[in-house]
Amino acid sequence: MPLYESVFIARQDISSAQAEQLTTEFSEIITNMGGEIKNTEFWGLRSLSYKIKKNRKGHYVLLHMEAPAEAITEMERLMRLNEDVLRYITLRLEEIPEGPSAIVLAKTERTDRGGRGGRPGGGGRFDRGDRPGGDRPERGDRPERGDREQASSEAQGD
Amino acid sequence: MSTLTISRAAVRKPFMRRRKSCPFASSSAPKIDYKDIKLLQRFLSERGKIVPSRITAVSAKKQRELARAIKRARFMALLPYVLS
Repeated sequence: MPLYESVFIARQDISSAQAEQLTTEFSEIITNMGGEIKNTEFWGLRSLSYKIKKNRKGHYVLLHMEAPAEAITEMERLMRLNEDVLRYITLRLEEIPEGPSAIVLAKTERTDRGGRGGRPGGGGRFDRGDRPGGDRPERGDRPERGDREQASSEAQGD
Repeated sequence: MSTLTISRAAVRKPFMRRRKSCPFASSSAPKIDYKDIKLLQRFLSERGKIVPSRITAVSAKKQRELARAIKRARFMALLPYVLS
């Protein structure tokens, strides 16, 4: 049976307990149809990068499973029907990655450092949208990215 | 003419224009994964656009993989489509 990874986002208004309930619901479908859940990860209530159906936040859940294709289609069908699920993505994997996913790692790292926003130089870069003339010509919008590789383009320009 | 002068210039210049290698080439390089938003963010411009590989020196194959990962991350609202 093929391996799959599925991530879905649940509505912000439901509690974490309800999100877990939702996860067991989907997991049961998989197991009932002959699949097996290898791993479940709750990423908690994360803020979305943009609004989805008026939600600014969402409960993210990741499932790793080995299941027949029919079980996956059935689970996806129910995710589409379920109004608490904002979005889902299912990918086929060659192998189940070991250890916690990058999201969880990033999260624990951040809490270790004590609160968010400890990234040097990274965080503040994005909130400079107030610059006049937001519609600058192409390639003018990434000075910071560019100058790291400037050496090559400068050499070419000479 | 232009291509000729560039290749000539590279030889003539006192400093060597080092060819940067792909950041995903080595075996110890991070796996491209749509969940690794910290990694993906390095390949986005301030506006949230994917930075061309000629600037980041990512190989063509890895750039395709990277673009796919970024688009998946955008779909799952892990990354924005536009930063304004």
